[in-house]
Amino acid sequence: MFVVIAGGGKVGRTLTRMLTSRGNEVMMIEQDRRRYQRLTQEFDESVMLGDATEIFNLERAGIERADVVAAVTGDDEDNIIICQVANHKFNVPKAIARVNNPENQEAFDVLGIGPTVSATNSLLSLIEHEMPTHKLVHLLNLKKENLEIVEVMVEEGSSLSHKRIEEIELPAGVLLISILRDTHALIPQGSTELRAGDQILAILEPGREEELTHLFLSE
Amino acid sequence: MYVVIVGCGRVGSALALGLISEGHKVAVIDEDEDALQRLGEDFPGDFVHGVGIDIKALEKVHTENADAFVAATDGDNTNIVSAQLAKERFGVKSVVTRVYDPNRAKFFKEKMGINTICPTADTIDLLARAVKSEVAS
Repeated sequence: MFVVIAGGGKVGRTLTRMLTSRGNEVMMIEQDRRRYQRLTQEFDESVMLGDATEIFNLERAGIERADVVAAVTGDDEDNIIICQVANHKFNVPKAIARVNNPENQEAFDVLGIGPTVSATNSLLSLIEHEMPTHKLVHLLNLKKENLEIVEVMVEEGSSLSHKRIEEIELPAGVLLISILRDTHALIPQGSTELRAGDQILAILEPGREEELTHLFLSE
Repeated sequence: MYVVIVGCGRVGSALALGLISEGHKVAVIDEDEDALQRLGEDFPGDFVHGVGIDIKALEKVHTENADAFVAATDGDNTNIVSAQLAKERFGVKSVVTRVYDPNRAKFFKEKMGINTICPTADTIDLLARAVKSEVAS
């Protein structure tokens, strides 16, 4: 795979290192001359100097044959522009953007930029995941496919506890994928009985969360 | 009409004052609070401290009610993103943005439907014409 990485900060550097070690070809673009000079010592020909929001520099990086572009600079507007140019000018199959300020997430979404990665949102999901009282955790949003994968726990006293899957009336647009019980993951079948404390992975259409949470709550 | 202007530098502030003097309603957004000084003490329009890609700042000045939107900060990428937000998120019909880089100005105009004005390309054109007319005369 050939990956163009815009931004040679900690994220860009680590990505380049990991992708290269797995046999991928990478070109990292860094606009700060001093940082670029330090980067050349480790990355040699895999790093170039330039502003990645300049179309000309993306061309020099070989974006036309890139399989993936990762826009991971520290500027959200730059990351948006890089992804738009990659997608709409060079038809790059996948352009991934880093969201620095979580308040800008909506801007990325409105402009159809994605997938996006935000450290803040990832941390939030992880923390939610660790909270014993969490109701529903978003694990993955597949925006283009209009689907999301969530985790929800069968609460003590829920009407679902001790019910078999086939007895449960799931809301339309919801499918249970697996049940995490103790340390095992089970693939649910009609005869599988739910227990309090089970963590359920479900795939659903966005907007169905409330119906699902409602079903799993205690009465 | 109601015009929202992002960027209160020489261009943004002069545009705001010009529109006000013609009797239009204007709101200005700039990331530098001191930029308000360019508008004068008795500026009758709104001034909001914020960046152009911040949807909250755009909401504060009711961009959804704007008849026109102008992005004129000194950052090309900020201008392009805030212009697109005005169009896509707030439904502003008339959106104009300044973009210094001719390549980006051309791409976003032709492919992304953003009305970009490129002072660099215009200056090159003017200079070329001036040179030719000097030589001819």
